[in-house]
Amino acid sequence: MALSPTTLPSADVTPAQLEHGHSPWHDAWARLRKNKLAVAGGVALLALTLLCICGPWFSQTYQDQNLDLGATPPGAAHWLGTDTLGRDLFARILYGGRISLMVGLVATFVALTIGVTYGAIAGFLGGKTDRVMMRIVDIMYALPFTIFVILLMVFMKDPSEKLDAWLRNTVHLEGMQGAGNMVLLFAAIGAVEWLTMSRIVRGQVLSVKKMEFIEAAHSLGYGRRRIIFRHIIPNILGPIIVYATLTVPAVMLLEAFLSFLGLGVQPPMSSWGALIKDGAEKMEEFWWLLVFPGSVFSLTLFSLNFLGDGLRDALDVRASKD
Amino acid sequence: MLRFIARRVLETIPVLFIIVTATFFMIRFVPGGPFTAEKAVTPEVMRNLERAYHLDQPLWQQYANYLGRVLFHGDLGPSFKYPNRTVNEIIADKLPVSLELGLLSLAIALAVGLTLGVLAAVKRNTWIDYVCSSAAMIGICVPTFVLGPLLVLTFAIHYGWFNASGWYTPIDRVLPSLTLGCVYAAYVARLTRGGMLEVLNQDYIRTARAKGASETRVIFHHALRGGLLPVVSFLGPAIAGILTGSFVIETIFQIPGLGREFVNSAFNRDYTLVLGTVILYAALLIGLNLAVDVAQVWLNPKLKFE
Repeated sequence: MALSPTTLPSADVTPAQLEHGHSPWHDAWARLRKNKLAVAGGVALLALTLLCICGPWFSQTYQDQNLDLGATPPGAAHWLGTDTLGRDLFARILYGGRISLMVGLVATFVALTIGVTYGAIAGFLGGKTDRVMMRIVDIMYALPFTIFVILLMVFMKDPSEKLDAWLRNTVHLEGMQGAGNMVLLFAAIGAVEWLTMSRIVRGQVLSVKKMEFIEAAHSLGYGRRRIIFRHIIPNILGPIIVYATLTVPAVMLLEAFLSFLGLGVQPPMSSWGALIKDGAEKMEEFWWLLVFPGSVFSLTLFSLNFLGDGLRDALDVRASKD
Repeated sequence: MLRFIARRVLETIPVLFIIVTATFFMIRFVPGGPFTAEKAVTPEVMRNLERAYHLDQPLWQQYANYLGRVLFHGDLGPSFKYPNRTVNEIIADKLPVSLELGLLSLAIALAVGLTLGVLAAVKRNTWIDYVCSSAAMIGICVPTFVLGPLLVLTFAIHYGWFNASGWYTPIDRVLPSLTLGCVYAAYVARLTRGGMLEVLNQDYIRTARAKGASETRVIFHHALRGGLLPVVSFLGPAIAGILTGSFVIETIFQIPGLGREFVNSAFNRDYTLVLGTVILYAALLIGLNLAVDVAQVWLNPKLKFE
């Protein structure tokens, strides 16, 4: 059968495009765009993030208490109702979203840094070092980490308040009361989530190490640093991005879990977890206090998971497509 | 296999030791003690309390005493917060409740999850698949502390079919285990679907079909064994999650279980109860993970005990 451009099954590529050549990133992006669920998730996420960042600028109402008003159901003046102190729920959800999303991103970043470093070292060094490092990860995996996070948060509450005061005095972080507690939260959550990332990075480094272009680089005389940074790491960025995207919802879930137990973000700061806790306590009379924060939270997790799944399908060429 | 188990048990002992030591010293170095939280007591009373509970002894001596008591007598000490009750008593009281909750939830998670997963895999890309996968996604994204109150709101408050909280009659078991079970069912469903899909593409399945085996036999006898592997590896962390997820469930539904007791004891700085619970959970988890690893090798003859 003749191999002309008209008989080959094509992926809508024009001759002009053929001349340029496509990097794997470009192909992955195209695959991602085709996945409607992932795109929907990404768009929803973007919209929500923008809303949470910009919303509170336009309305300072999340702090305004109106004790005469009390809790009112959704209506014209307050779209999602008010809480027992008369604060507008919509504004509170947006404000809480800031905190939740920030915790999600920063704690994921912490987990990412620790996990990638640990996994890359283990994978690259190989041999006994690798075995020992991974054994440690295996053992830590088996431990009830949530218990330790709870213990950490409970017991470090007072020191974190001291850290808070120190931060306020030296760094003048006036706007962020409770910053000390937040730092503790980032550290605690990051300390739990890095394990999976390190395993993935190590696996990826191991498989990339064996490839022929690495052998070629070695024989060309490239130093270890150059090989790691120019050859190995760019080739494992894909799975790292995917699992980072999937770690954010796990982190947000953990933060909300801690808030539900009263250990997460402390008042006056509020997060979706704290709002849900509030709503769960008062849901018998004021159902909207639970339903709306809960729905927004779940929706965000949905978007993140769909996006992460889509990224995984787009970036992992060898994965069998369902 | 016995060598594998023995080696793992040997590895576990130093780990447990480190956990106990770390927790012991961590909770004692932190400000606030078991008796400082409530109304202030006079110094004499404080001194008497400390003497009664041996808190006035040097730290290393307390540690040695504690270790000796636990290792040789299995006695986890008196509770600091509940006078006249020992930790062993409290645990014996509350653990069965948590275990019941955990086992029921696990049963629901496996029953529902495996069914949905197998269905979705066998009927992939049909509407059945989409429904099952969406249900699984919902279970993953709606956390227990949202699902629980929502279920209570709908079925207990609105319809009045169940009590909103408590653990008295058998009916009270339904909502809590359903809440916890559904979330894990979602994970199990996704993993089963993935595992089954991978297995169903294999050649040996094709051979079985070519040899004339009925579809039921192909699925349940041949494919399920391999398809279950990802689920079995997930079971380890899943059991951990169910044990710790019970913290939230027990708080929502006011269940007198060990999870809620643990959180309270951490807040109350009840040293012995905290330590006792941590030891118990860590030992339980490590044991269960070992069982899961053994099961994995049994399911997949290609794996070997390293």
